[in-house]
Amino acid sequence: MELSGHLLSILIFFPAFGALALLFLRNDDDLWIRRLTFVVSVVEFLFSMILLRVVAIGVPGYALTEYKAWISSPPINYHLGVDGISMFLVILTTLLTPICVLASWKGVHHRIKEFHVMLLLLEVGIIGVFLALDLFVFFLFWEVMLIPMAFLIGIWGHDRRIYAAVKFFIYTMAGSAFMLVGILWLYNLTGTFDLPAIQLTLQSAAFHLAPRTEMLLFLSFFVAFAIKVPLFPLHTWLPDAHVEAPTAGSIILAGVLLKMGTYGMIRFCLPLFPEASHRAAPYVAVLAIIGIIYGALVALVQPNLKKLVAYSSVSHLGFVVLGIFTFHTISMQGAVYQMLAHGISTGALFFLTGVLYDRRHTYEISEYGGLATPMPKFAAFFLFVALSSMGLPMLNGFVGEYLILLGTYQMHWGWASWAATGVILSACYLLWAYQRVFFGEVTHDKNRNLPDIDAREQWGLVVFAVIALWMGMGSPYFTRRVATPVNAVIEQTKSRYAEEASRPAAMPQPAALSSETQQDSQRRTVSR
Amino acid sequence: MTPSAADLIRVLPEIIWCGFGVLLMLLQPFLKNRQGLTLFAMVGAAAGTLATYFGQMGSGFFGLVQFDTYSLFFHWLVGLVAFLVILASDSYLERENLAPAEFYALILFATAGMGVLASAQELLTAFIGLEMSSISSYVLAGYRRDSVKSSESAVKYFLLGSFATAFFLYGIALVYGASGSTNLMQIASADPGSNLLRLGLALILVGLGFKVAAAPFQVWTPDVYEGAPTPVTALFAAGPKAATFALLLRIFTTIHAATDFWFWAFWILAVVTMFVGNLGALVQTNVKRMLAYSSIAHAGYTLVAFAAVTTMKLDPETGAAPAYAAVLFYLLGYSLVKVGAFTIVSEIGGQGERYLTLDDFAGLGTRQPLAAAAMTLFLLSLLGMPITAGFFGKFYVFKAAINSKLIWLVVLMTINTAIGAYYYLRVIVVMYMREHKGDVPADAATSLSPTAAMVVAVVALATLYLGLLPNHVLGIVLSQDLILSAR
Repeated sequence: MELSGHLLSILIFFPAFGALALLFLRNDDDLWIRRLTFVVSVVEFLFSMILLRVVAIGVPGYALTEYKAWISSPPINYHLGVDGISMFLVILTTLLTPICVLASWKGVHHRIKEFHVMLLLLEVGIIGVFLALDLFVFFLFWEVMLIPMAFLIGIWGHDRRIYAAVKFFIYTMAGSAFMLVGILWLYNLTGTFDLPAIQLTLQSAAFHLAPRTEMLLFLSFFVAFAIKVPLFPLHTWLPDAHVEAPTAGSIILAGVLLKMGTYGMIRFCLPLFPEASHRAAPYVAVLAIIGIIYGALVALVQPNLKKLVAYSSVSHLGFVVLGIFTFHTISMQGAVYQMLAHGISTGALFFLTGVLYDRRHTYEISEYGGLATPMPKFAAFFLFVALSSMGLPMLNGFVGEYLILLGTYQMHWGWASWAATGVILSACYLLWAYQRVFFGEVTHDKNRNLPDIDAREQWGLVVFAVIALWMGMGSPYFTRRVATPVNAVIEQTKSRYAEEASRPAAMPQPAALSSETQQDSQRRTVSR
Repeated sequence: MTPSAADLIRVLPEIIWCGFGVLLMLLQPFLKNRQGLTLFAMVGAAAGTLATYFGQMGSGFFGLVQFDTYSLFFHWLVGLVAFLVILASDSYLERENLAPAEFYALILFATAGMGVLASAQELLTAFIGLEMSSISSYVLAGYRRDSVKSSESAVKYFLLGSFATAFFLYGIALVYGASGSTNLMQIASADPGSNLLRLGLALILVGLGFKVAAAPFQVWTPDVYEGAPTPVTALFAAGPKAATFALLLRIFTTIHAATDFWFWAFWILAVVTMFVGNLGALVQTNVKRMLAYSSIAHAGYTLVAFAAVTTMKLDPETGAAPAYAAVLFYLLGYSLVKVGAFTIVSEIGGQGERYLTLDDFAGLGTRQPLAAAAMTLFLLSLLGMPITAGFFGKFYVFKAAINSKLIWLVVLMTINTAIGAYYYLRVIVVMYMREHKGDVPADAATSLSPTAAMVVAVVALATLYLGLLPNHVLGIVLSQDLILSAR
C-alpha cells in the first residue's frame, strides 16, 4: 500500500496538522476546539493501532523503516523505525492524548485553543522521540517536546506553575545539552548519526573504544535519561512539575514523558555502550533501589494527594531502571511492561486527582474524608486504580513488578530483596491515602454534596480500568511482542562484555532460554 | 599602477553603498517624504549586495582586497542586515521624529566599512574599513540627541572605541616592524618565532576583541547597546560584529605564524566571554540590556569555533573547512535573529523607548500574539533549540570543537547554554505566563508597524529555513576555496 510506506511519518505529523487546523477555528469556539482535538487524537490512536498488525512477533529488527536524506554535511538522515518496544510506547501516547482532552474538558478555562495546540504538538514530539532511529532526529524531537510541555505547566498550571515550568525546562535542557555533546562525540568516532549503523561500527572487531571514553559517552547519555526518568537524586523537578501541572499535563508527564528516559536507556545506553553499562550497573541499581524506597517513604508522608502520586512515580520508575540494569531477559521485559503499566495506572491516578481538583480546587488530603458516601462510583474507580498501581495480582501493576523482581532475583538476590520492600510500601501509602480520603464520616461540609463522576469522566476511567484488567490478565500479549527486541538488546550488551569479563558460574544464563520456552514459562507464572 | 576595471568591480558593493549614502544626503532637501527615503536606502542596500554578482574571484588592487566566497558571504550578510535594519527603522524614525536621510546614509556608510572589513587582505585597508564602520556607528549611537542615554552611549562608544583603534594601529605598526609589510600574504611568510610579530598580533587581537565585545574588552557593550536607538542596536549586534569576526578569521588563517599562540588566546577569551555574557544577562531586568549581554555570550560561542579552527590548523590531518563553516553559519543565524529580536524590542519600546523592562513584556502573548510568537522563536534560536538557525549554529560549533578534541571547552559551553536557558526562558515566561501589572499604558504599541512586521516575518522565516533546510547555505560555507588567502 502506498500509504503504509509513510505510516510512521503520518503518525508523527498528523497531530501537527490537527494543531494547524485548530488555528483556523475561532478563539472562543471552545466546544469545537475540544471536539476537533478529541477527534484528531482518536484518529491518531486508530492510526497507531495499525502498528499492532504491522510489527510482526518474533522478527528482530525494525519494521516500517523510513529513510530519507536530509542534511548533506554532516550526513543526517530522516530515519524512522518501530519495534516491539517503541510500538507500545507510541500506542500508550496516542491513547493518553484523547484521555487528556477529556480530562481537561472542564479543568481548562482560559486560552483553550493554545492549550490544545500545545497538547497536540507535545504528542508530535513524543511520538517522534519513540520512532527516531537517527541520533540527530532523536535529539531534535527530544528537545522540541520540552517547549509545549513547559508551556502546559507554565500557563495552565497552579500557583507555583512558573517556578515548576522553568525548573522542568532547565533540568532537562541541561541534561540534554550534554547528550548533544555525546552524540557529536559518537559521530566523531563513527562518522554517522544513524543508530543501526553506529551499532554495527561499535560492534565490529576492528573498532575499539577506550574504557574511559566509553564511560564518558555512556554518562553523557545516561544523565540526560536519568533526569527524565527521574532517577534519585535527579528527581527534584518531578514533584514540582507534577503538582503544578494541569491534569492533562500530569497524565502525559507521568504516563509517557518519564518513559522517554527509560526508553532511551534501553535503546541507546545499553546497546551502544555495553561495557560501560555493565560497569555502571551496580551504582545505577543502588540509585534505583534508593529511589524505590525513598520515593515510597516520601509518598507515605505526603499531605498532598497529587504529590503522593508524583513520588509514587519515582518509586515505580526505580523498578523500571532496576529491571533494565539487571541485564536479564525477564527483568527487562518486566521493565518494558512496567513502563506501560505505570503509564496506565499513574495516568489514571492523575485523572482521578484531577476530578477531585475540578470539584474542590485542592489536593490536600486533609480537605477530604468520607468521600465514599457522596461519590460512590468515584470511590470504586479510585480503589480499582490504586490496587492496580500497588500491584494486585490480575491487574497490570503486578506483572511488571513481578517480572522485574523475578529477573533481578536470579542475578542479584540482594537487590531484589531491597526492591521488594517498595511493593509493600506502595500498598501502605496508597491504602492509607485511600482510607483518609474515602472512609469514615464526611469531615468537611463542602464535601457532603460533591457530585459523583459524570459520563465524560466515567468513560475515561472505564478505558483505564479495562486496559488495566486486560494487561493484568493477558500479559503475554505484551511480553510476546516485547521479547524479541529485548533479547536483541540483551544480546548486544553481552556480545562484547562476555569476552572481557567472565560471569560467575552460578548465575543462570538467561540467553540460554529460547524466547519460546521463556514465553511459556511466563504464561504459566503470570496469567495463571 | 592604475587599478583595472575588474578591481573596481570587486569593490562595486562598497562603491554603491557609499554612493547611495551620498545621494541620500543630497536628496534630503528635495525629498521630504520619509517613506521615499526609506525605499531609496533599501534599494541602495540591495543594489550593493547584488553587485557582488559581478565580482571576479581573486585579489584586487595589488593584494589590498581579496574577493572570494568568504568575502561574498559576508557581503551578503552585512547587506542583508543593512536592508532589514533600514526597513525596521522606518517606523522608529517616525515615532521618535528623527531625520531619516542622514540616518540611512550613516547605515550605508557603516555597511560599506563592513564590506571592506570582510574583503580586506591588508592591514591598513582593514583599518580604513574598521574606521568607516566605527565612525558611522559612533554617530548612529548618539542619533537620539535629546536623550541622555543615547548621548552617553555615543560618548562611551567613541572614547573606548578610539582607544581600541589605537591598540589596533599600534599592533599594525609592530607587525610591520617585524615583517616589513602590512599585507597578510607577506606577513605570513615572516619569521614565525619573532616576539615582535606576536606582540603586534596580540595588540590587533585586543583591538578587534573590543569591536566584537569579547571579554575582558566588553565593558562598553551593555551601556552602548542600551543607549543607542534600538534599530541601531540591532545593527551593532549583527553587522559590525560579523564583519570584525570575518577580518579576525582572515588574519589568523592567513598568518600561520602565531597559530599556537592564537589557540590559547582564543580558548581563554572564549571561556571568559561566555561566562561574563551569560552571568551578566542573568540579572538584567531590561530586555534590551539583557540582549546586549546575550550578544557578549554569543561572541564567546563564536570564539569557541575560532579555537577549533586553530587546532585544526595545527593538525593538518583534519581539514579546517568544517570549523570555518561553523563560524560562518553561526554568525549568519545569530545576526539575523538579533536583528529580528531587537526589531520587536524597538516596537514594544514605544515612543522614547520607555517600555523595555520585563514587566512591559508581561502578557504580550495575549496582547500581541504574533509578535510574542516571533520573539519566542528568536529567543529559542538564541538559546539553540532545534528547528531554528541557532540550533544548527550551536551544533556546528560543538561539532567543530569536538572534532578538535576541545572537550573542556565544549563542556564549558554546554554549562553556559544551560545558564542561558534561564534568562531567555524568563522572557518567554513573562510574555505568556504573567499578566501585565496594572493597566497597560494607553500609548503602548498594540501591534507591530507594517514595516517592522515585514522584518520580523522575513527573519522568522529565515530562522526556520536555516534550522530545517540548511543544505543550501552549508553548500556555500563548506566550499573548498572558501578563503583564498588562507592557502
